[in-house]
Amino acid sequence: MFIIHCPYCGEREQSEFKAGGEAHISRPKQPSELSDDQWAEYLFMRKNIKGVQYERWVHTHGCRKWFNIIRDTSNDQIQAVYKMGEKPPIK
Amino acid sequence: MKNKYSIFSLVKNAFSYHENWEKAWKDPEPKKEYEAIIIGGGGHGLATAYYLAKKHNIKNIAVVEKGWIGGGNTGRNTTIIRSNYLWDASAGLYDHALKIWEGLSQELNYNVMFSQRGVMNLAHNLQDVRDLKRRTHANRLNGIDAVYLNTEEVKKFCPIINTSPDIRYPVLGGTLQKRAGTARHDAVAWGYARGADEMGVDIIQNCEVKGIKRNGNNLEGIETTKGFIKTKKVGVVAAGHSSVIANMAGLRLPLESKPLQALVSEPVKPVIDTVVMSNAVHAYVSQSDKGELVIGAGTDDYVSYSQKGSHDIVEGTLNAILELYPIFSRMRMLRQWGGIVDICPDASPIISKTSIKGLYFNCGWGTGGFKATPGSGDLFAHTIANDEPHKLNAAFNLNRFVSGDLVDEHGAAAVAH
Repeated sequence: MFIIHCPYCGEREQSEFKAGGEAHISRPKQPSELSDDQWAEYLFMRKNIKGVQYERWVHTHGCRKWFNIIRDTSNDQIQAVYKMGEKPPIK
Repeated sequence: MKNKYSIFSLVKNAFSYHENWEKAWKDPEPKKEYEAIIIGGGGHGLATAYYLAKKHNIKNIAVVEKGWIGGGNTGRNTTIIRSNYLWDASAGLYDHALKIWEGLSQELNYNVMFSQRGVMNLAHNLQDVRDLKRRTHANRLNGIDAVYLNTEEVKKFCPIINTSPDIRYPVLGGTLQKRAGTARHDAVAWGYARGADEMGVDIIQNCEVKGIKRNGNNLEGIETTKGFIKTKKVGVVAAGHSSVIANMAGLRLPLESKPLQALVSEPVKPVIDTVVMSNAVHAYVSQSDKGELVIGAGTDDYVSYSQKGSHDIVEGTLNAILELYPIFSRMRMLRQWGGIVDICPDASPIISKTSIKGLYFNCGWGTGGFKATPGSGDLFAHTIANDEPHKLNAAFNLNRFVSGDLVDEHGAAAVAH
């Protein structure tokens, strides 16, 4: 359990949010040209990093807006929060 | 040959105050090279090594474990064993395991305390009733014992359940698999470790894998905290850390690792002599031989390797437990913990070859791997030894995420994932 700083509402408990998985997986531009391998990669394969991971969250029980988080999955420490469409503040 | 455990060895050792028992497994340093290496010394990994040595005559095997054997998810699960899965592929896989469980203590000469006390799955709404009836029929067509119970029969089988129609999620019925039950999870790891050790398998603890060395598509060995070990075959059985090992080999897997929690109460006199699982409210409970209630909660929805989950998950589970079993309202909880489970998009496991020759993965068991331990080890050993899957695990290959031929047990497996 941890606290998440929603960029719209401020600090709230993690239980108000829902995790949306790995961030920055862009939808294929021309889906009809994708091979089965590329579809599998887009739909199912995940980095599932132990360490610093970029991920999407949604404030389900609040403003219901989506945003991005940089979080260390080995200790659940959040390093940065940034809005959808923004560049990650740390690399 | 190890000394056989029996009533006579117990009496004999009593005379020396139980101080001269032979060690159940050695604690060797790694050799320079092995024919096969298993990464992960949990139940599945140790079972794989055991069957590789026993059925496939590969003797030069090492199991490398970063902590101590059975200290990961093997020692953290709620010990439930059942095989009442909906789809044919899953039914085949889990019932294969259940059949091995039935003779496992004798085979290993180690009491794994397998207890066929039955597993009951409850229905709380009309859709649950339809789903559970459908699953009962599917199970029976696959030769798996299953019966559907109405509310009165549920109450008769487990009298402490509150079957009042006035509760938030009333009990409308349930299914019962009588061959299902529980086992002592630590004993499973220890029994397989002792059996594998006797056949010459090196069990190397406190040895963390740091890298997978390969030359093009061929494996050369593994880098560990105890140095480089040469091998041509590696079976990865690393549960929540499977993606970490895959990343070392340059592979990506369709897995997400999430915390799953469980808790036990203070010990009390026998009050529940079966296992009751409830899909809709996500609560399951049984009672250990020590008298503690063993309660399984749900997973958090975010990726984490921290081996601790959120408080609200435990709270939700205990709310459901208290509504179903008002008798537990003043029970105190003794311990709570989390384990990291690797979940596939279709909530079915992967027992498969990979694009790298000699590298095999046994992962994706998600929230329900313990029940499959013996079957998983047996089938994974077959896959490693023959470089081909057994027909029972052919459907659980990695390629199903490319072909789309998924084994979609999500929600169909009698418990929510």
